[in-house]
Amino acid sequence: MLTLKKTDTRHYQHFLKVVDCQHACPAHTPVPEYIRLIAEKRYTDAYMLNWQSNVFPGILGRVCDRPCEPACRRTRVEEKPVAICRLKRVAADNKGDISAYLPIIPTEKNGKRIALIGAGPASLTVARDLLPLGYEVVLFERDAKAGGMMRSQIPAFRLPETVLDEELALIIDMGVECHFGEEITSLDKLLHANFDAIFIGTGAPNGRWLKIPNHEKVAKHVDTGISWLANVSFEHIDSAPKRVVILGGGNTAMDCCRTAKRLGAVDVKVLVRSSFAAMKASPWEKEDAAAEGIEIMPNYTPTEYVFKDDKFIGVNFDQVKSVYDKAGNRKLTTTGKTLLVECDLVLVAVGQDTVFPWIEGDLGIKFNEWQQPIVDPMSLQSSLNKVFFGGDAAFGPKNIITAVANGHQAAISIDLFCADKDPLTERPDSSFNLVSQKMGIHEWSYQSNIDHQARNLVPHIDWQQAVKELTAEVELGFDERLALEEAHRCLNCDVHTVFTESTCIECSACEDVCPMDCINFIEGDENSSRNDLVQQFHVKDVNPEQDLLISDKLKTGHIMVKDEDVCLHCGLCAERCPTGAWDMKKLVIDNIGATIK
Amino acid sequence: MSFQKSTFHHPRLKVNDLGLTYRDYEGALSTLCAGCGHDSITSAIIQACYELSIEPHKVAKMSGIGCSSKAPNYFMSKAHGFNSVHGRMPSVTTGANMANQALLYLAMSGDGDSASIGFGQFAHVVRRQLNMVYMVANNGVYGLTKGQLAATADKGVKNKAGEISLFNDIDLCSMALQLGASFVARSFSGDKKQLVPLLKAAMSHRGFAFIDIISPCVTFNNHPASTRSYDYVHDHITTAAVTDFIPIKTEITTDCNVGDCEDICLHDGSIMRIKKLDSEYDTRNAHKAIMDIEEHKKKGEILTGLLYFKPTASHFHEINNTCDTPLNQLTQDALCPGARILSGINDSFR
Repeated sequence: MLTLKKTDTRHYQHFLKVVDCQHACPAHTPVPEYIRLIAEKRYTDAYMLNWQSNVFPGILGRVCDRPCEPACRRTRVEEKPVAICRLKRVAADNKGDISAYLPIIPTEKNGKRIALIGAGPASLTVARDLLPLGYEVVLFERDAKAGGMMRSQIPAFRLPETVLDEELALIIDMGVECHFGEEITSLDKLLHANFDAIFIGTGAPNGRWLKIPNHEKVAKHVDTGISWLANVSFEHIDSAPKRVVILGGGNTAMDCCRTAKRLGAVDVKVLVRSSFAAMKASPWEKEDAAAEGIEIMPNYTPTEYVFKDDKFIGVNFDQVKSVYDKAGNRKLTTTGKTLLVECDLVLVAVGQDTVFPWIEGDLGIKFNEWQQPIVDPMSLQSSLNKVFFGGDAAFGPKNIITAVANGHQAAISIDLFCADKDPLTERPDSSFNLVSQKMGIHEWSYQSNIDHQARNLVPHIDWQQAVKELTAEVELGFDERLALEEAHRCLNCDVHTVFTESTCIECSACEDVCPMDCINFIEGDENSSRNDLVQQFHVKDVNPEQDLLISDKLKTGHIMVKDEDVCLHCGLCAERCPTGAWDMKKLVIDNIGATIK
Repeated sequence: MSFQKSTFHHPRLKVNDLGLTYRDYEGALSTLCAGCGHDSITSAIIQACYELSIEPHKVAKMSGIGCSSKAPNYFMSKAHGFNSVHGRMPSVTTGANMANQALLYLAMSGDGDSASIGFGQFAHVVRRQLNMVYMVANNGVYGLTKGQLAATADKGVKNKAGEISLFNDIDLCSMALQLGASFVARSFSGDKKQLVPLLKAAMSHRGFAFIDIISPCVTFNNHPASTRSYDYVHDHITTAAVTDFIPIKTEITTDCNVGDCEDICLHDGSIMRIKKLDSEYDTRNAHKAIMDIEEHKKKGEILTGLLYFKPTASHFHEINNTCDTPLNQLTQDALCPGARILSGINDSFR
């Protein structure tokens, strides 16, 4: 039987996990802290706090995948999470001059040279982390400008070029030696070119094709979504035919359809095999596409490209139904109905792959069966010890914030490797502190009152207008009033309820006042199972994925067990505690990069 | 002051037969000291009323003056209530009960309100057998006036200022037993497992129910020399029986040995199950209960639990043969039956 002990509060792990948004962010951005700074209108500080951990606040404040938002504790007490991503943009939009806060780059270098291949978010994060330590960083990028997929695959109406350029320049101007338009064709050559370590962040640049009948004949009528978007971005394509069909249901599909509409397509349809709900695209991307008049047709799987008299006329589809087995695996069964969708252009957005034709097979870099490099998930070191991978190049297509997190991990590894230390076993950890927020009676240095307001919607330009302009940003971002309102919805989950057994007199005041019934004084010892404890709770229906805060034995022999799941961090337990056994303490982690594990 | 309790509640909170969560039985946020035992009593009352699915508008919260008497403000904000003059809660409750016996009278009093200024009122309301739940939050000091010793403080005990209690203490349970209360219990604010079933039984009982609840004053009587501190009570509390309250609709299962277990049927059909820890324990002997209280006190123990219970006792309305219908529901005809009836009454006195 699994037994439970007193929660280990000598380490930050328990506390970091309670801050669900921060924990869900691959880069562990201290979300509640920057939201508090926004609430105080300290936009520059909020921006820099973001910049420290996620490197691209302005970019991510627009196009992040937002793993933080589904994790937001607000969703456990009401429908919608805090608009964390849009608040990040507020910090970026309203920041002042940040030049004084940027790290100082030593003029005297440490003598180590690092090559970065690909100028996407992963490589640039490595550069940003290593340059202040005195490294020389040399960047190779096949495109004419930096940014990687952030530039080539994300349309300007979601991410304006000025925002992208500004944040890329912050890093490049730290002194990166850039080689744009220079495609690496041989890793072997680079290995002989006097670099102490090489970081590969080349993304997943190969769009997948659909090998359905007539695939070989379609030529110019079919393109992969990412290659088409890149051509739009680099202005090789400036118009779309009248009727466009997009195959696929991810964010690339959404970007394709909205871009096609802006380039003159009138009839734009997205056909996807899955159900509408199971589409991979972020819900807000689907909403925005629908608002722009794009028809999304779920449950259609393409069967062939159709030609009539040797002329391409469209795509044939089978209507399907998603059936899930007991294990949750999806199986598509056909309904027997077919559909011919006539069109002039098909954009295939059904996935993308990593590709490394330039890595010679005899260099000692091992690949798995999916042609992905075998790397240690923590150190990101490949089987050739001076070569590191990160971002999509390492694990296949994910998202920007994961690439940033990988960048931090790789920078730490490279720094250790260059100091002849083991990137895995000698990794540094972060130190942490818990700082009391008590100011006086009924006074806390954070907003402990719970705001009951619903989530604010982000203002946008008129949808009719939006589809007419390729580069006009659709979302306008929160104005100050909305931003402050939204910021106050944050529950400050990083301000923790910290319990001290020795001062507790077991008066049950905290247990009585807790609006969420989190606190339970119950019987239990080291032989109790989690279920033994839960069965004594006020609310026994607990979320099994959330941790319990378990105390040592108290004077009467009882223990205090707090269900961290639905805690509002309102501080009423500490407010009502006559002896200060409860305190509200803010978690401060000094080296966020090292918490990425 | 900048704190308030969020209206958010646990998403999987259970509802009772009325579709209410326990949070619907809350009142204003307490302004008593942090850690006050009275707040735990409040919480136990909320729990009991929620579990019994009591309709808040069918409750009248009665109180006098003191920290304890502030407490009704902190539960069931949708119930009726009357905060009376110091020590006069029993008379006001008697009047209210005379007018409307359909309400459940939950009265909160304290050691000052009941054992000092209102002692006479207390004695008489027990004698009258008024159908009510009379709760005393007993902390042994006058917290609202900064910790003077109350009449319930043990003789010889010291208050926070070092003053010694020179006089004999009043044991309100013994008083209630002597004066004929039909339900007498003692409990501790820090033991909701015991307090909640007792409250539920008291609320279901038809007749005068008295519960003396030891409720530590965290500010003025939680010091090492106190016999009403959390630590002291935790260390010295004892009970002769565990009371379980089984609502009318619940299936009764046997989980204790026959002989150690006694089921008492309440007026409304619900069952009070008593699990005896002491084989000598007897709910039907008021005299023995008084002796038990004294004996435990001599040993330095605080005897808690249900001390005496007589489910079939008559209450004030029955004794007086008064009208069953609340006065506010009587029509003009019934209230003012006319000159012929009046002269008949007058003639009966000649």
